Amino acid sequence: MPRRIVIGIRGIGHRVIDSIWRLGYASRFFMLTLLKSGTSMRRFSLIIRELYFTGVLTLIIILVSGLFVGMVLGLQGYETLQKYGAETAVGTLVALSLVRELGPVVAGLLFASRAGSAITAEIGLMKVTEQLDAMGMMAVDPIARVVAPRFWAGVISMPLLAAIFSAMGIFGGYLVAVVLIGVDEGLFWSQMQSVVDFRFDIVNGIIKTCFFGVAVTAIAVFEGYDAQPTAEGVSGATTRTVVTSALVILGLDFVLTSFMFRGVG
Amino acid sequence: MQRSTMDLWVGLFVIAGIGALLILALKVGNLGTYSEAQSYTLIGNFENVGGLKIRAPVKSAGVVVGRVMDIQLSTKTFDAIVTMKIDNRYQFPKDTFASILTSGLLGAQYVGLAAGGDEGMLKSGDKIMKTNSALVLEDMIGQFLFDKASEDDGEF
Amino acid sequence: MTTETLVEIKDLNFSYDKRAVLKGINMTMVRGKIIAVMGGSGCGKTTLLRLIGGAVTPSSGYVKVADQVVHELGRDELFLLRRKMSMLFQFGALFTDLSVFDNVAFQMREHTDLPEPVIRDLVLMKLHAVGLRGAHNLMPAELSGGMARRVALARSIALDPMLVMYDEPFAGLDPISLSVIGNLIRRLTDALGMTSIVVTHDVHESLKIVDYVYFISDGVIAAHGTPAEVRRSVSPFVHQFVHSEADGPVPFHYPAATYATDLNLESSFA
Repeated sequence: MPRRIVIGIRGIGHRVIDSIWRLGYASRFFMLTLLKSGTSMRRFSLIIRELYFTGVLTLIIILVSGLFVGMVLGLQGYETLQKYGAETAVGTLVALSLVRELGPVVAGLLFASRAGSAITAEIGLMKVTEQLDAMGMMAVDPIARVVAPRFWAGVISMPLLAAIFSAMGIFGGYLVAVVLIGVDEGLFWSQMQSVVDFRFDIVNGIIKTCFFGVAVTAIAVFEGYDAQPTAEGVSGATTRTVVTSALVILGLDFVLTSFMFRGVG
Repeated sequence: MQRSTMDLWVGLFVIAGIGALLILALKVGNLGTYSEAQSYTLIGNFENVGGLKIRAPVKSAGVVVGRVMDIQLSTKTFDAIVTMKIDNRYQFPKDTFASILTSGLLGAQYVGLAAGGDEGMLKSGDKIMKTNSALVLEDMIGQFLFDKASEDDGEF
Repeated sequence: MTTETLVEIKDLNFSYDKRAVLKGINMTMVRGKIIAVMGGSGCGKTTLLRLIGGAVTPSSGYVKVADQVVHELGRDELFLLRRKMSMLFQFGALFTDLSVFDNVAFQMREHTDLPEPVIRDLVLMKLHAVGLRGAHNLMPAELSGGMARRVALARSIALDPMLVMYDEPFAGLDPISLSVIGNLIRRLTDALGMTSIVVTHDVHESLKIVDYVYFISDGVIAAHGTPAEVRRSVSPFVHQFVHSEADGPVPFHYPAATYATDLNLESSFA
């Protein structure tokens, strides 16, 4: 029996050491990516190419989901608010929920599952097919040439995608509340404008998306680069990217929100 | 994928993203009516701020002129010290009257400024001398009952 | 013909964790020749190439390329050296997101400031050398295995290296593509005056084209010599290898306890 306990404790210790080691390894990789970003900054066409894959190809899902999330918010918000005779506040409700929380978080989750997984799979496959090794043998650093452009493209696209998501959502809320239900258009916008604060709501939302962009792409490139060079390795890494990103986005969102809106409410 | 097609799409994407940011800033956030850079600070001591919150609007004649930045308790007088940022476009005389008001019956509370007739204007960091505390509903009801009781006393 | 040594390997040892992969290898590779390194699967041939390329560091001993000890070089010096050598990976390792043209142009764009028209001419020359000038617009996914290998060959000679290493260049090819690649290696080596190291287990094709052969077995050099010497060799290992026999000095069975013990036959009747 005591032997079992020792084995159990050893198992816990092993896992803790492993995960700390991996965290350190990931941080070191992240620093290397930042240090070796010079090449992609000088040759911006490398980033543009990746912007197409991370940004443009994620656009469709962001546009459609943004529109529907906004429409649902408008519908549900109207149902509840009209009981209190405050249906003109539906614009405020839609805008605040989107700009503060739903925009950054949902866009971040969609970004992780569409672009993040693609980045991991692509880098992982390049590793499996020895493309990264080949690049190293050609005296080209794969971190500078492959990882850094993808990282920066992700960091640039994420805030833009989240902004498009929020704008699309507000448009969806407008469609439902004003066009379909018939809430007064002027009141819809003026109520929204009188409550939504540029500095506290919009800028804070953008800051959040920047954090999410860095986190998701850093996880995606690391998982891809670190993947076991087999088919299962790459599929496992892709799954880990999506799961870890989702958890990190939600956790970060709580931490950032509690910092940003401290003393309010 | 041709290089030029890709460039075009990325260009469209970036323009759409920046456009969305601008829409959020201008149409939703109403940037421009209030800017931190061109503002000055006023301080007011209130006996009771009631439910006043940080970032609550400061209004004069119903127009938003600034925001509450900070609320603290003075350890000397045990008053609430309310710090407000006021838009530079709006200047107020020295004998301006500040009171904590409620929008609607149960709405959020805000600071109302009523301008006086003094020649001199308040400068950044100045203290508003004349203040009026928040109306606390419980106090009001208590007062009403007390008055009613004394009226009844008078009749007898 | 020059007899200058390009690659010198001395008492080279390498182990992964505690498993020794290479044990005391000595080799001398002469400029302008094709040297084959042969051995069974998993005998450390690929590791040897990685050691020459400086991707891994030996446990002891050294690899000298052009009079420089590879593992003692700093990062920048190593990258300078790597520009003068190149490696053809097992399945080509073409960059799947770039076209054939861009794959061959990759190193020219990364390492030189050549104007685009010059790069275009150079790339088409390299592709012409492997007979695929007409395929320059295709993507790697559209190529057959043999064509991909030829494109990779064109890419590896893009900067006219002094040393090209081939990791299993014949693996998974049909007989025609196989001899096409073999002949290309021979022709390009002679035409460009480079040195080639071919790691392979394809005896028949490689004996046709190479100048010198090393056999590695179990981490040591089992035999070496010119193809003619190898064919005449009486060494049991070389005989087994050259004549593809299933059992011999290289055992069919992985080391294990006796068959009877493993099946519990002894204990149950004891």
